[in-house]
Amino acid sequence: MAKATAIAAAGEQPTTIMAPAVSLQHVNKSFGVGNTYLPVLKDINLDIRRGELLLLVGPSGCGKTTLLSVMAGILDTDDGVVDVFGTRVDRLSQSQKTRFRQQTIGFIFQQFNLIPTLTATENVAVPLIINGRPYREALGRAEHYLDLVGLGNCLDHFPTQLSGGQQQRVAIARALVAEPRLVVCDEPTAALDGATGQMVMEMFRKVALSADRAIVVVTHDNRIFPYGDRIAEMLDGRIVDVHDNPDHIK
Amino acid sequence: MWRIGLKMLMGDRAKYFTLVGGVSVVVFLFVQQGSVFCGLIGRTAKPVEAIGAPIWVVDRNLQVVDEFKGLLDTDLLRVRSVEGVKWAVPLFIRQAQVRLPNGKFQAVRLVGIDSATLVGRPPRLLEGNIEDLNAPDAVIVGRAEMERLGSPKIGDTFEINDRRARVVGIADVPRDFLSNPYLYTTFERAVQYVPRERKLMNYILAAPKEGYTTQQVLENIQRTTGLAAYDEDGMRWLTMNYYMRNTGIPVNIGISVVLVFLVGMAIIGQTFYAFALQNEKYFGALKAMGAGSGTLVGMIVLQSIIVGLIGYGIGAGGGALIGYLGGRGAGKLAFYTPYQLLIISFAATMLICVLSSLLSIQRVLRLEPAVVFRG
Repeated sequence: MAKATAIAAAGEQPTTIMAPAVSLQHVNKSFGVGNTYLPVLKDINLDIRRGELLLLVGPSGCGKTTLLSVMAGILDTDDGVVDVFGTRVDRLSQSQKTRFRQQTIGFIFQQFNLIPTLTATENVAVPLIINGRPYREALGRAEHYLDLVGLGNCLDHFPTQLSGGQQQRVAIARALVAEPRLVVCDEPTAALDGATGQMVMEMFRKVALSADRAIVVVTHDNRIFPYGDRIAEMLDGRIVDVHDNPDHIK
Repeated sequence: MWRIGLKMLMGDRAKYFTLVGGVSVVVFLFVQQGSVFCGLIGRTAKPVEAIGAPIWVVDRNLQVVDEFKGLLDTDLLRVRSVEGVKWAVPLFIRQAQVRLPNGKFQAVRLVGIDSATLVGRPPRLLEGNIEDLNAPDAVIVGRAEMERLGSPKIGDTFEINDRRARVVGIADVPRDFLSNPYLYTTFERAVQYVPRERKLMNYILAAPKEGYTTQQVLENIQRTTGLAAYDEDGMRWLTMNYYMRNTGIPVNIGISVVLVFLVGMAIIGQTFYAFALQNEKYFGALKAMGAGSGTLVGMIVLQSIIVGLIGYGIGAGGGALIGYLGGRGAGKLAFYTPYQLLIISFAATMLICVLSSLLSIQRVLRLEPAVVFRG
């Protein structure tokens, strides 16, 4: 509770209906060893709307994943403003960021990162358990979300007993179970074949999108471009174009 | 998160069994070597336990119960006159040679006890009557190592220093460090079984009167007679300390224990580290999802403690089982597990586990959650 108050004190701003879900202003980030610094994000300015699925695309090494990490509060910026649903993430301490991620961010990873010794239900329940929810209650809620992604018959399956597509659906359920307002996905279909990737994205749009949530997907996979509302293109650490998706499947 | 931590540990059966197995082997060796040490050292003091007396009066220069430092007959009278002494009787303990019916010789520990009071008699008779010890040529044989005397029965005879000895009883006597059979007889007969010397008595056994503590009487005897006096525990430690100081037993077993500790820590540490490496991306994912470093460290410490507890139970149980099987009946395994050894081995086990988990903890603390986005 005290940590939640601290988060608010650190940067919670009054929001309006029209305020963007994520607002990045003049964000810079560089990595360095010793005196050598490599700028990875250069003066990034980007607004992500509420209720949209934004695709972040660009060649390898252009800074997509770094930008995703900055939005999710797992990487610090050098300077600039990172506002996520009214919270100035760039002003939070590490412990406040940890709490912020617990409460606000859902993650979907390229390699799923499901813990192999936990069942599907237990894997999905992990974010709730991290949030301090009672174990039984967390499992019950996890079962509900597995049902939502069509895996109600695989509750006690271990990850190795599931196909790639099923594992990513478990990961989607895990990302959503704590009802985060921002879901960040890093190459969610990279480890899946084309048909399975499209099936996962359909499921994802159906289950994850809501008016008060935003989703950012980093991807190389042009087969899933139709699932994005807008596409932001990155090149060499900069956002070079943000446009509505002409091929968008509503 | 504790449950998640335990499931991460126990769900990977191969790693889990390797960890528990490693700890079990270390604890087993630790307990086994420690118990052998305690068993061996404890056996050095078995002659004291086999006699059983509240107070032992000995020459001031005596270092160990197996040493012969004779006392004068007048010393017995002086001890009897000390304030607080209820009774005092002579005792004779010497090594002697028995000539067996097949012509072979066997060293024995000859114990000559006071014929009037039979103080110093064997703790428990298995066969025969203690009163028969006053019969001509009578000896009572201790069961431990009795087979070296050809497993004699009541009525069998053999020679000691060209004098006849006849078995009138079999006693339950603990096996001692020198592993020689015990022969009990009367003091008067015992001195005839060994070559004649000027001083024949080497111990005086005594007891305190009512109203006096053992400690008071010990001090009175030392002050009045100039002799050394010990209670039974003091006499045991006099002997055990001698063997610990003057033999390589502590060093040899100590080296084994240290090696066990180091090798154990290396094995367990390496396995824990491999476990942490394998789970790094999952710990990274947990961190990204909002698990604090303290939570993750708690999970790792819990995992190490659980491994330590289970490994300790199996290892200590296995060590005790070996001791039980090896020391059952007339077994020869010198094995004694005092509770202090169990406490020390438990502490050492937990120390090994916690130290071993430090590498994993350090790695998790340094882990950036952004690692999860590296494909």
